[in-house]
Formats: sequence, C-alpha cells, structure tokens
Amino acid sequence: MSLRRPSKEQPENFEFNAASLEAAKVIIEKYPKDKQQSAVMALLYIAQKQNSNWIPLAAMKCIGKFLDMPYIKIYEVATFYTMYNLAPVGKYFIQVCTTTPCMIRGAYKVVEACKEKISENENELSKDQSCSWMEVECLGACVNAPMMQVNDDYYEDLDKENTLKILDKILGGEIPKPGSYRGRKNNEPENNRKTLMDLKNA
Amino acid sequence: MLKDEDRIFQNLYNDKGSDVESSKERGDWTNTKDLIDKGRDWIITEVKASELRGRGGAGFPTGLKWSFAPKELGSRPHYLVINGDESEPGTCKDRDILRFEPHKLIEGCLIAAYAVQAHVCYIYIRGEYFIDGEKLQTAIDEAYEKNLIGKNASGTGWDLDIYIHYGAGAYICGEETALLESIEGKKGQPRLKPPFPALIGLYGCPTIINNVETIAVIPTILRRGGKWFASLGKAKNTGTKIFCISGNVNNPCNVEEEMSISLKELIEVHAGGVIGGWDNLQAVIPGGSSMPLIPQKTCETLTMDFDSLMAEKSGLGTAGIVVINKDQDIIKCMARIARFYKHESCGQCTPCREGTGWMWRMLERMSKGEASRDEVDMLGDVTNQIAGHTICAFGEGSSWPVQGLLRHFKKEIEDRNNLNPTIKKEKNIPYLVDQHLLDKKNA
Repeated sequence: MSLRRPSKEQPENFEFNAASLEAAKVIIEKYPKDKQQSAVMALLYIAQKQNSNWIPLAAMKCIGKFLDMPYIKIYEVATFYTMYNLAPVGKYFIQVCTTTPCMIRGAYKVVEACKEKISENENELSKDQSCSWMEVECLGACVNAPMMQVNDDYYEDLDKENTLKILDKILGGEIPKPGSYRGRKNNEPENNRKTLMDLKNA
Repeated sequence: MLKDEDRIFQNLYNDKGSDVESSKERGDWTNTKDLIDKGRDWIITEVKASELRGRGGAGFPTGLKWSFAPKELGSRPHYLVINGDESEPGTCKDRDILRFEPHKLIEGCLIAAYAVQAHVCYIYIRGEYFIDGEKLQTAIDEAYEKNLIGKNASGTGWDLDIYIHYGAGAYICGEETALLESIEGKKGQPRLKPPFPALIGLYGCPTIINNVETIAVIPTILRRGGKWFASLGKAKNTGTKIFCISGNVNNPCNVEEEMSISLKELIEVHAGGVIGGWDNLQAVIPGGSSMPLIPQKTCETLTMDFDSLMAEKSGLGTAGIVVINKDQDIIKCMARIARFYKHESCGQCTPCREGTGWMWRMLERMSKGEASRDEVDMLGDVTNQIAGHTICAFGEGSSWPVQGLLRHFKKEIEDRNNLNPTIKKEKNIPYLVDQHLLDKKNA
C-alpha cells in the first residue's frame, strides 16, 4: 500500500470556478438520480485541474458539500487513488514507468535523465518551479517501453538521449510531440510487420 | 499464421482511422439491427457456441456469464459495465481497442446490453488513458449523432446510454467488484463474493462485467457465426487474441493471432526474435505479471492458450508476454514485480497488505545477496499464506510470480546468497521491518 500524505501547507478556501461547475454538472448527469456520489472521482479530477495539478483539503470539503457527502468519504477516495496529487507538483508533471517490462528495456536511464534535468529527488520541483517527476507503476504501454507520461500525454520508445531532449523542450516551456520516439507507428512491430500489409500499403 | 481476413481488429495499427465512416467500411454497424432482431436467446446461444472466454485474465466463458443475468427485468435496472482498467504489467491491448477500434467496442456494448437487458453501460477506463478515453468519447458522440446508440439505438427499439468513468491509478480496480465500488464513488476495495455481481452488482442491481476485448469481438462473432470463431484455435480455447509482446525482443509489438499459437512463433516471427538470439532467452512471463514465469526449456514447445499454460502451472491471463533474456537479473525483475504488488495492494486483507511488503523486501535482499539461510523457504511459506487467504484474486496474483521464481530459479537465489550448506555464515537481518520506515517519503 502506498502512503499518501496531504501537503502541510494548505490554502484556506477553495471554490469551483464557473467552467468547473459546468463540467461538474455534466458529470453528475451521467449517474442515476440519487447516486451523485459516483461523481466524486471525476470531481476530484476537475478540482485538481483547476488548482494547478493538486488537490488541497479545502477542495475535498467543497466537493463534499457539492455532492452532499461526508468530508471523510472524499478524503478516503482522494488518499486511496494515486493519481490525485495531495501536494503541489510541477505544471508539467512527469511520471516515469519503471515496472519490470519498462525496467528491462532501460527505464532507469529515463529516470537518470529526469534526475539530471529536473531534480535529484522525486516530487521535487525543478529550479524554475515548472516541473516535477516521479517513478510510477505500469502505465500500460509495455510494448512501447520505456515510456513516460507528461501530464496527459505518453512519450514512448525512449532512451536517455531523447528523454534529455524532451525534458529540455519542456523546461523551455514547449510541449514536444507525444508518441513514439523511434518513429514507429503506434504498436506495430518496427520494420518487421507481417500482418495486415494490404491495409498498410493501401 | 492467421489469415488477414480472419483478423477481427483490422485497424489495430491505425492504418485507416477510427472514425465511424472508416469503421463502417470495415464492417462495423452494417447490420446491427438484423443481429439484434434475431433475439436474446440467439445471441447468447451463438456466443456460447463460439466458446469465447473472457479476455480480461480469468478466462470465464462469456456466454455463460451473460446467461446469469436475470431473465426478467425486475424492479431494479440491469447494468452493463466494461472493464478497461488495464493495468497488468505487460498488457496494453485494450488501449489500442479504445483508440483505434472504438466502434467495435460500442457496437459490442449495444449487443451485450440488449442480451443482458441493460439500458445503461459504463465503460471504466484507467485514468492514465485519458487521451485514449477522449478518443472513445469522440466515437461515442459520433454514435449518438448517427443514432447508433441512444434512444431506439440503430432502429432496434432498444435504448442504450454509454458513459465513460475514469479510474485514478489503482490496479485493484481491475477486479470486478472493486471496479463497481469505484464507480459508486468509494475507494476500490473488492467485495466478498457471493453475492455475485450478476445478481447484486452496481448500486445493488444485476450487473454484467466484461473486458474491453471480450465485448469488442462480439459483433464479428455474431456476423461470421460462432462456428467460425470456434474453428480457430483448439477446443475450449477458441478464436483470436491480441498478444502484447514486450521486454527483450527486437520488435516489441501488439499482434492479433490465433489462440494456441506457439510462443516461439510469436516471438520469432512477429517480435523479431529475442535480443541476442533464442539461446539468450532466460524466461518468459506468459500472461501479464501475475502469471508465473516459464523457463527457457519449456518455451521451446509452449502453445499460448488457457489450458496448455495451466498445465505448465502458469496461465494465459491477459496474454501480455514479457520476454526476459539472459542479460537481465531475474531475481531483480521479480523483486520489481513484487514492489508493484506491494504498491497496489488495496490494504483490505491482512495477508495481502503485509505479505506483499514482506515478499518485496525479501526479494530485494535476495537480489543483493543478503538473504539469510532460512529466508528462501520462508518466502515460499509467505506466498502460501497469501494465496487463497484473501477476498479477491490479488493474493494469488501477487504470490504466483514469486512461486514461479522459486520453482524455476531457486538455484540462482541460493548461489547468489551463498546458501550452500557447507558454507557456514550467519546473517542476522530481521525480515519484519516496519513498512513505514522503508517507504519513500512522499510516495
């Protein structure tokens, strides 16, 4: 079980802004009438997005009122799931997969690159305060290993060199193109495709 | 090798685009109404005849599962839930269906929802697949617009609403009852079974839960007939399957192949061979990280299906094949998998919550050569204390890989740790260390 602690420094207040409220209402519509509790996960995402990538305790209280749920239930959910950041992270939040399939293809080289470019330790902001990185468990792109996720985008088929380039771009405020960095198409076997060739050549 | 026309997922590599028009060209949505007009019983009989087994890992017969749904719609509505929480290390097949073949999935949802009498379908996608989920949402919007789903979906008289629910990075939510808890807005801790979800599931209503791949193959099975599907592979292990081949191979890839294909063919033909040649192969994890590994000598003749892998004391699982060659440290690889399970245990049952941490720490020590003499047997003992003593199958999933390592690579562990009985060397390392002291500061 992973240990997750809320940040020591917490803002006093949190309110949904108009856009978030609109999005929240759409989400609640998805679920049966008296089951608005189901929307809690999506609302936590909305709060996280609004509050520059992390969820303060005040936001949990706000969601509790919004969904008519006890605060502790929200706290339970927010601390259980690992994608909710309970402490500030960078504007560009980099997650490097280091589970076995990525590890045996050199995920720790990607970690090295993050250490060089961003910060020595995980969950530590870079010098310009814009980036932070962490090791995570399998992100489900194993045939494109090693890979990392920057906010929502997947960067695949990496090695140390092109990771450094990607990180340079991100630190310069530019978002590089996601996808494979060995130039292959999605999940096809590189230079060795034997199936569905008619479609490929059509 | 499977013929191209028998491949269900023609757009697996996104050669053609995933929008509704190009999906229709590939045959999706062509005669959905005719299929549904043949009736519930015909659909379920045809799926049973195809001998389709669930693609999410457990391999439960899909037709049978559907027949568990109550025949009459009672006071409680029925739900269909699609499990797209793919988080098993080594597996990345559902992602390709979500982003490149979404209409196969949506059409499958309509047919399955009709068969089990559900008007609402939730597709649970892991939170990390946000971009792929967006692509599915675009496809769902398209389907609503063309009235393929929604009120009187595809002119069948059946109403169906499809909603996406995102997870948030919990592997355990791939377990069906944990997934239901998660949709209900609680933390994802599995429920005791029975009652099974088919009777008491989401919001206490009858619920059928299927994997993304299982549902996505249904329309093609009905179009081409259960017999066609059953003619591929071998008895009780029929049809086609997307295999994900990752790890130390020259061309890691996803490929749809016939069930019961030989492992060697998959690796040599599709994945371009093991890095360093076949002789450099050390072991293969055949079905996602929770399945015990298979040593090289068995890989030679192994066929990939549920039953023949079961005979090797492993399993097909999700068909995520991780190839490990001799350049890798096998103990370290398994220690990393053990760390994954330690991280992902939901904490509900004590044997799993504590045991996964024990296994990880012991394996880490073994990989460094610091284990004590009695620890090897103790590790085996711990795995037996976990497997079978937990609410859900996570207990088995976390201890099987370790048992596989002990079964096939015990000698490596003993050699590295100088556990030869003729060498007397005592080490005093406590195996029970408070977990909090070892965890990362703000993990």
